[in-house]
Amino acid sequence: MLAALTIGAAAMLIVVRNLMHALLFLVLSFVGVAGLYITLSADFVAVAQVLVYAGAISVLMIFAVMLTPRSSRDNAGNMLQLPALILSGLVVAGVTFVALETDWREAGRGSFESTATEIGQALLSPFVLPFEIASVLLVAAMIGAIVLVRED
Amino acid sequence: MALLANWYDLRDLGNPVARLIEALQDAGLSGGWIFAITGLLGAIGILSFVGVAAVIDIWIERRLIARIQVRRGPNRAGPFGLLQPIADAIKLIQKEALQPDAADGIMFTLAPIVIFIPAILAFAVLPWGEHMILADLNVGVLFILALGSTTTIIIFMAGYASNNKFALLGSMRVIAMLISYELPTVLALLGVVLFASTMSLSGIVAFQETHWVWLIFLQPLAFLIFLLGSTAELGRTPADIAEAESEIVAGFHIEYSGMKFGLFYAVELVNVVAVSAIIATLFLGGWWTFGLETFVPGWMIFIGKLYAVYFIFIWFRGTLPRFRVDQLMAFAWKVLLPLSIVNVLLVALEVFIWTEYELSAGLVLPIFGIVNFALAGALIVGFGKAMTRNMERFPKRPRLVADIDVPLPEPSTG
Repeated sequence: MLAALTIGAAAMLIVVRNLMHALLFLVLSFVGVAGLYITLSADFVAVAQVLVYAGAISVLMIFAVMLTPRSSRDNAGNMLQLPALILSGLVVAGVTFVALETDWREAGRGSFESTATEIGQALLSPFVLPFEIASVLLVAAMIGAIVLVRED
Repeated sequence: MALLANWYDLRDLGNPVARLIEALQDAGLSGGWIFAITGLLGAIGILSFVGVAAVIDIWIERRLIARIQVRRGPNRAGPFGLLQPIADAIKLIQKEALQPDAADGIMFTLAPIVIFIPAILAFAVLPWGEHMILADLNVGVLFILALGSTTTIIIFMAGYASNNKFALLGSMRVIAMLISYELPTVLALLGVVLFASTMSLSGIVAFQETHWVWLIFLQPLAFLIFLLGSTAELGRTPADIAEAESEIVAGFHIEYSGMKFGLFYAVELVNVVAVSAIIATLFLGGWWTFGLETFVPGWMIFIGKLYAVYFIFIWFRGTLPRFRVDQLMAFAWKVLLPLSIVNVLLVALEVFIWTEYELSAGLVLPIFGIVNFALAGALIVGFGKAMTRNMERFPKRPRLVADIDVPLPEPSTG
């Protein structure tokens, strides 16, 4: 049922003409994905999904839509339809290939007791270098954004 | 006596539920059915509390604000005006629910309904008593934050669907305000989570119980930041720029009438109760009060604390004037955010010292409490001085617009 919700919302996202409706369907599909994470007993990831995607990313998109005059009412037509079709076709093919080739039997093992602790320890002991690199990258991006929009 | 201790032990309504689960297991029902029955019972309990609280809060809030503003408040319907909320509700239901022609129909109707979901879901993870918790998530704090962040988009939905410039302005203000204040509140809660080393709300209460201390004594700065930040997130008076009556009429719910407006009004109250409950759980020990909970039911203590925090919110609303939009944003980014980052660093250092040298909690926690209180005072005073130094050194005098070189707009004709 969650998968139906997610995929249905994603399909409606593509079909509806009103960009704001599309945005709300996107949020619905994010929430559906969070529900899927819960059924996979990944509660931390699920909550983070709602917090980051349904909460923050959607607000970012609202700003993008509201600050783009032509997009606020309808989908604007442009020349990128064919490249977009090719690209999305490639993505679908890639995902299908990976999904069919992966050995899914390991999904049968037991669930984690508390994922938040596991994730925290994994991030700060074996994966501390990528974690730090990501944070430095984000800080650099933030400073870059501030520098770009400074007036003086 | 055994019966009293189990079924009729009102000190903790979780005990009867535990008995009920045992009885259902004896009856041979499968786990899914037991889960469904107890979950339904808990949900009914929470929903009835929320409904009753929303009705009573209208009266409490109006009476208290009237008292603060030296008025009488509602006093005609029933004794002390107690029936006023019911009269209000009947009036709102009778009213025609108007909908603007150009409004986005489905979104317009959906918004006041959907906005209740995050508000009520927040109650599910709250520990009302030792065993009274509907869903003991181990990411409870994060869950509450996630719910808070989804409110933004629903309010925007209402503002956008109204197709009214004031509504849109109001909802854009809400978005700007909510994403600004989300950071300090999250960082303030991070301090609490670091101390308790768990994100589960019942775990945080258990931490306060085992160490015989309320977290407000260990985290005064985080408490202040969270209180101010959540005032803004709730959109209550010092920060109610989203519905500022004197600027943009009513903000995002300007086009809503009848019960749809009533739903927005009610959800505001439900949100206040939820945030008060969160503060009571995280900073004031939840159902635990230095041994008092052995005499008084835990949920009564919890509701008492909840309303104590709610009184602070009403007090804010009754006494403080509204911030300007830019002042509110500056307050979040220039004052609350640096203070909360300093707080997180401090807590991380303290917890590191505590765990690395394996000191006893009885020794370090009082020291941490005193240090944190002193540093919180020093930081607030010092930061305030530093922020206002330039303002005091170079005071700005009000000038006429004609005196400065600003191109004035052409006076409109007609």
